Amino acid sequence: MKIFVNGEEHAFEAPLYVADLLNQLGLPRTKIAVEHNLEIVVKSAYETHELGDGDRVEIVHFIGGG
Amino acid sequence: MSASKTDKSEDGLVIAGRHFSSRLIVGTGKYKDYAENAAAAEAAGAEIVTVAVRRVNLTDTKAPMLVDYIDPKKFTYLPNTAGCFTGEDAVRTLRLAREAGGWSLVKLEVLGDEKTLYPNMIETLRSAELLIKEGFEVMVYCSDDPIMAKELEDMGCCAIMPLAAPIGSGLGIQNPVNIRLIIEQAKVPVLVDAGVGTASDAAIAMELGCDGVLMNTAIAEAKNPLLMAEAMKNAVIAGRQAYLAGRMGKRLYADPSSPLAGLI
Repeated sequence: MKIFVNGEEHAFEAPLYVADLLNQLGLPRTKIAVEHNLEIVVKSAYETHELGDGDRVEIVHFIGGG
Repeated sequence: MSASKTDKSEDGLVIAGRHFSSRLIVGTGKYKDYAENAAAAEAAGAEIVTVAVRRVNLTDTKAPMLVDYIDPKKFTYLPNTAGCFTGEDAVRTLRLAREAGGWSLVKLEVLGDEKTLYPNMIETLRSAELLIKEGFEVMVYCSDDPIMAKELEDMGCCAIMPLAAPIGSGLGIQNPVNIRLIIEQAKVPVLVDAGVGTASDAAIAMELGCDGVLMNTAIAEAKNPLLMAEAMKNAVIAGRQAYLAGRMGKRLYADPSSPLAGLI
């Protein structure tokens, strides 16, 4: 199935939970935040929050800024 | 001795119930690398650093991250909404920031124009209201209009942060009269945010009675950022001390410092 991560289309095998997505992308879960179809996914829900075909996910972190 | 008035423990900055001994907040943008950035924040003696929220780099997930260099346990991260042009963008960004770091103290900055980066006050007021309703503690970047500053304070913003001059311009305090008016009426801390170019600008802000100064470019774009960071630290302290000391009155003519009595 297709998931749009940070605006880019990626292909993944279903079923896919947020924790799986982060593992497959190699992202450290402690340093990031995840939004799924414009809703925040809290860290405690990463194992149980399932993603579906065509969903939009934003993964952000802190960078330098003024 | 009256020096106790400047004792750090007595003259701290209190924002939303949190105590800070440094009155200088520094940005973390525009540095050569995160190592220089971290060293500058140390040299500035800053306890709060502003940070931006952006998409992670999916093609290089091993790239260095800000948190690896500037420890969020040591510095208070102040997530900003830089680059947001609508209230919705700002609220969405800060919700993500809160989830990433767990902080509710935020810097709201809703811009209205790409050339001047001047704040859009209509969107700023709207976003501040939305954020405060969601439990955020909002330090707000705003125009130097005392009426707008009052609206933001009445709404519940925990710090008012008018610009001294456009972001990144380094032009210094362009309207000291307005900054002074905002300070006089405010019951929450007022910090000059944006436009400071060199140490004297920061000292002037503090002499006006500002509670603090927030800057980024003035340090990051100095030829020697670490030395400028230290200069800014000293300028903020000196300006604060001069404000507390109370400056002498100005006279139109000279007044001799050596007594005239007893002249030979």
